[in-house]
Amino acid sequence: MTNNRKIPKKRNFLYHIHPPSISENVLRPTHTWGLGGSALVLVLMQVITGILLLFVYSSEMSKAYDSIRMLQQEVLFGRLIRNLHHWGANLLIVIVFFHMLRVFFTGAYHNQRNTNWWIGLGLFLCVMISNFTGYLLPMDQLSFWAITICASMFEYIPYVGQPVREMILGGPDISQATLSNFYAIHIALVPVALMILLPFHFWRVRKAGGVVEPVGLNGKDEEKQKKLATVPHLVTREVTAALVLIAGLMIVSVFMNAPLYGQANPGLSPNPTKAPWYFSGLQELLQHFHPFFAVFIIPLFLVLWLTYLPFLKSANSGGGTWFLSANGRKTGIAALCTSLTLIPLMIIADEHASLFLYWFPEISPTVTDGVIPFVLVLAFILFFYGWIKRRFTATTDECIQAICIFLLVTFMVLTIAGIWFRGSGMALCWPWEVSINEIATIKRL
Amino acid sequence: MTDKKEKIEKTTESRRGFLKKIWIGLGFVALAEIVGVIFAYLKPRKQQGKDESFGGVVTAGVGNDFKNDSVTAFRRGQFYLVRLEDGGFLALSRKCTHLGCTVPWVESEKQFKCPCHSSSFNIKGEVLQSPAPRPLDIFDLFIENGVVKVNTNKKIKRSRFETSQVVYS
Repeated sequence: MTNNRKIPKKRNFLYHIHPPSISENVLRPTHTWGLGGSALVLVLMQVITGILLLFVYSSEMSKAYDSIRMLQQEVLFGRLIRNLHHWGANLLIVIVFFHMLRVFFTGAYHNQRNTNWWIGLGLFLCVMISNFTGYLLPMDQLSFWAITICASMFEYIPYVGQPVREMILGGPDISQATLSNFYAIHIALVPVALMILLPFHFWRVRKAGGVVEPVGLNGKDEEKQKKLATVPHLVTREVTAALVLIAGLMIVSVFMNAPLYGQANPGLSPNPTKAPWYFSGLQELLQHFHPFFAVFIIPLFLVLWLTYLPFLKSANSGGGTWFLSANGRKTGIAALCTSLTLIPLMIIADEHASLFLYWFPEISPTVTDGVIPFVLVLAFILFFYGWIKRRFTATTDECIQAICIFLLVTFMVLTIAGIWFRGSGMALCWPWEVSINEIATIKRL
Repeated sequence: MTDKKEKIEKTTESRRGFLKKIWIGLGFVALAEIVGVIFAYLKPRKQQGKDESFGGVVTAGVGNDFKNDSVTAFRRGQFYLVRLEDGGFLALSRKCTHLGCTVPWVESEKQFKCPCHSSSFNIKGEVLQSPAPRPLDIFDLFIENGVVKVNTNKKIKRSRFETSQVVYS
């Protein structure tokens, strides 16, 4: 590898999405953690393993489950391919999520980058839809009931919920129409959307002058860095990261099997029935709020908040510094600690007493389980905003960041509680009890 | 002379603008049509319920064959035929009103207990334990010549149990 290779001057179509040169500063792995690139590698892996699966899978209701069993038992490396697709899909959600966090916490989403933030949200949506639709395809007990309860969540959205649910399912319940819908979305609609959005996403990064450049902690630019040729400096790093990722995924897929329960049985619901893990935060919310708030109002607020985020920043924040400033880190840690102590306590408290329902039994549960808790949460967030501002003499940006961290950690705590602390009958219990129950369920089915 | 020319230019300009507006308008009409057609295409097809299975009319049996205070499951019809203590009939949907799981009848506790999120219902379908927000749905039930029949195509949502829902032979 030569360090003094010249930066190419020739035109190349690829330069629209991948730079010919890059500043030395952004090569440091801790600046971006290579998350965007990793996500791309995983998407490509999903395409390859997905095509291989297509050769074996049958999307007919009566044959789908058997085709997966056949794939695992009779096709050479069939189980490995399915495992790669399964773990790759789950890892993709995690990586994309962390990629979003990186972009947010290095402030790389305003001014000319705000379009790309929205494209990114679209891509995240694609990944979620892809995972959700793929969840049904094996047609085992796990997928059948997870999709059943997720689809039922739509019913709580007023007016449009019922028709939307029936359109997604192609009827009142999961049937051949559902499988066809999910299959078409999974193998055609989402891939096409990704094919359009991904190049757009990369091109917008180039238009913004590459990934956001790090600046010193005090907000002043470090000395102007010299530019290096992408080949070999960036490309060798990218290829290395990709190979490490693929090797890691391969190891996981060799040793851990994707779950496959018994064939779907509409007459028998497993106990407990859980949504896919990435929706278990939402399901956990359902334990605490009236469904109308848990599946509609709160997610709606979060989506609007995420969409509006690029406009919330003041003009002087250029981005490039992790967590804005030293004070930004302090307020962030305060938000983290607040959420980590408050939310678990509230989950436990709510398990033992539905307070408002208990105090005011004559008022409608929409108010006691929905309006009152929701208003209290909003009030708390406003109070928290004011407290951060006074206690740390924080700027608006730092306060907004603290709120985001609070919401983020809350969401993560809810998700973790939903995955590992909800056992039989969705009662709170310890993780080892959850896994014992799960093993028993698998045996019974 | 120049005045006239300007006038002509002005009118052609506005004519062009007018046509442009029509084009844009037509574009939106076409877009609306396409969206409408797509939605119509994706609309769930009415499931043709055959008799004796879900979506059709299921004959449950002779009314007096069912004991008072009993629950009988009809798998193909996806409902429970309930005979209350006073001899009245109810056809309860087996779907939990919380998130749509299938609710089994637990005879020893005289309750419908949802395995998914631990909602429970009494024999009339009333909620004993949340998170279920409303009683179990009922199906249209009628009695012809002493034979109980259930129209599983007609699901009735209810916010509370009322005696008018019970059918007597």
